[in-house]
Amino acid sequence: MNINVHYVTRVEGHGNIVVDVKDGKVEKCIWEVIEAPRFFEGFIRGVHYKDVSEIVSRICGICSIGHTTASIRATEDAFGYKPTEQTLTLRKLLLDGETLQSHILHTYFLAAPDFLGAKSVFAIIPTHLEAAKMALRLKRIANDLCDLIGGRTIHPIREVVGGFTKLPTEKELRELKKTLETEALPLMDKTVDVFASLAPKIPNFVRETEFLGLVRDDEYAFYDGELGSTDAGRTDVHNYKSWTNEYVVPHSSAKWTKNKRESLAVGALARFNLNAKLLHPKAKAAAEKLGLKPINYNPFMNNIAQVVEAVHAVEDALIQIDKLLSKGIKDEKVDPMPLKECRGVGAVEVPRGILIHDYTYDKTGHIVQANCIIPTNQNCANIEYDMKKLVPEIMDKPQDEVQLMLEMLVRSYDPCISCSVHLVKVNFK
Amino acid sequence: MKPRVAFFDFASCEGCQLAVINLENELLDLVSHIDIVNFREAMTEASDDYDIAFIEGSVTREADIPRLKKIRENAKLVVPIGACACTGGVNFRKNFYELGEIRNYVYGESAKYFDTFATRPVKAVIPVDFEIPGCPINPKEFLSVVKSLLIGRKPEIPNHPVCVECKLAGNVCMYDKGEVCLGAVTRAGCGAWCPSNGSGCEGCRGLVDEPNKNSEKEVLTKAGLTVEDAVQKFRIFAGYFEEVKK
Repeated sequence: MNINVHYVTRVEGHGNIVVDVKDGKVEKCIWEVIEAPRFFEGFIRGVHYKDVSEIVSRICGICSIGHTTASIRATEDAFGYKPTEQTLTLRKLLLDGETLQSHILHTYFLAAPDFLGAKSVFAIIPTHLEAAKMALRLKRIANDLCDLIGGRTIHPIREVVGGFTKLPTEKELRELKKTLETEALPLMDKTVDVFASLAPKIPNFVRETEFLGLVRDDEYAFYDGELGSTDAGRTDVHNYKSWTNEYVVPHSSAKWTKNKRESLAVGALARFNLNAKLLHPKAKAAAEKLGLKPINYNPFMNNIAQVVEAVHAVEDALIQIDKLLSKGIKDEKVDPMPLKECRGVGAVEVPRGILIHDYTYDKTGHIVQANCIIPTNQNCANIEYDMKKLVPEIMDKPQDEVQLMLEMLVRSYDPCISCSVHLVKVNFK
Repeated sequence: MKPRVAFFDFASCEGCQLAVINLENELLDLVSHIDIVNFREAMTEASDDYDIAFIEGSVTREADIPRLKKIRENAKLVVPIGACACTGGVNFRKNFYELGEIRNYVYGESAKYFDTFATRPVKAVIPVDFEIPGCPINPKEFLSVVKSLLIGRKPEIPNHPVCVECKLAGNVCMYDKGEVCLGAVTRAGCGAWCPSNGSGCEGCRGLVDEPNKNSEKEVLTKAGLTVEDAVQKFRIFAGYFEEVKK
């Protein structure tokens, strides 16, 4: 058996699966990343702090709000700036919007076709028009939220270092609240039912691994927190390098990450495994209905964890909006940073896992050094170790089934290879 | 017969394709007028038989060139979408650093595994028919281009500056708020997206033909920018233009 999937589809960015099985023995089983490198960490040097977040936002279209937020947090951490409560609340609301839109996109449009035996969402629209309309409506609501708070879903405009360049009005927030309550919540209920019906089709595969993500005592962490691990407890995010050890594997030049084991995983399932107790009530009920309990070691269940988090995001958005409305929107200006030589780290949970930006500034406010740790990068080793365990378990099946299962495995991580900061082209000869 | 449409991506954030996927209210209508036959980000099927090729992303390595030439051979119309494809976008920033140095800085010893060369836009490699600029593209503009192509009309991309749209939107000038804005020389079509959200234009759509350089220089100097600052500002998105390179 020889499987060579060139450009796995329905993922962001370019990756290949290569598997060779000879005489019942797995000779090669590799997850290749073949994205064109773009050198963000290199060409961000010399950029003024005010322009940094909008450049690094372009690392990824789909998680641009996450990159913008991580970047802003790193810069504010460096200059020792504490944003106002209103700014914090708006940022949390904005992240809720991104989580919702990204999870809906992935679960309905990119992953669900596999469970229905289709090659793309376009193929199942005619037969599942109702579900397609539900997904489109939910995604539109999430994008409307991002447009309102960030000025734009893809590469937000209003969210900057020191605050927001334009604020939503209370009237706009009340309208958003109404849409979330009357449309998004019921649609999420139906979504949970849709995925509960698909759940029996999720492959039963288990491989123990270490899960990494932001943790807090008081909330299901997205915006900030400590670095948490299912193996290693907690540490300050400034110590991230000792946990996300980057290393080079002999057969490739890809920088992978590991901490306590051969690989680690980040993303919705990791967050759920670390923080399930802190989910909002409807999300907790959704997890129960979908049969998701911590700790879950089935990577295919990441799709289900995303559905649970989508419910949580709607509930959380409503909480943040209520907070804003109860205090009233204050006309706050964007604060300038006190320039000095400094270094800061910003860690944020984005749809695909924990994202870390680390900047060093000179005394004129220009970047001298930058490091970005990207979720998909952290998952690469885990994907390959999963493949190595999965292939022997399923290799008596027909080749096209094995291939589909491997593609589904990769897709379940919702990889975002465009975030190509460290990812390396691999050649096998 | 419905026109067959393909999407391709090169070095980019794939945000422009996402902008198309984000047309939730129009998507079902859109796919009833066109056949999407190639869209790796969203579908597994792929075909080499297409009429219109939308291309996102910059050309950054040798292997991109034959791939682009093949697309040109297959497609009746080639339409780059987004700053990366039209002008190199933020990827063009790489060209202002020494290539060997920036490779080593980011990838250290592994740098040798990378095939990379100076960033260039699609039109530097193959002839293109139209371009939809912007980072990201304006989804409304994308729809209007598709509509034009469907009825066989040449799509119109404005050649006046963002300032015109900004005035129409009734915004207070960013300079009056003490902010820097590149809207006076940047190509319109975005509806003054950034100034309308309280942020100065970053020039993501590239310069208009024959920008008023002297007057722009005067405005930037008056705003307190040094030549170095001003050049840095333009190099975020518009480094490709001769006016900025110099």
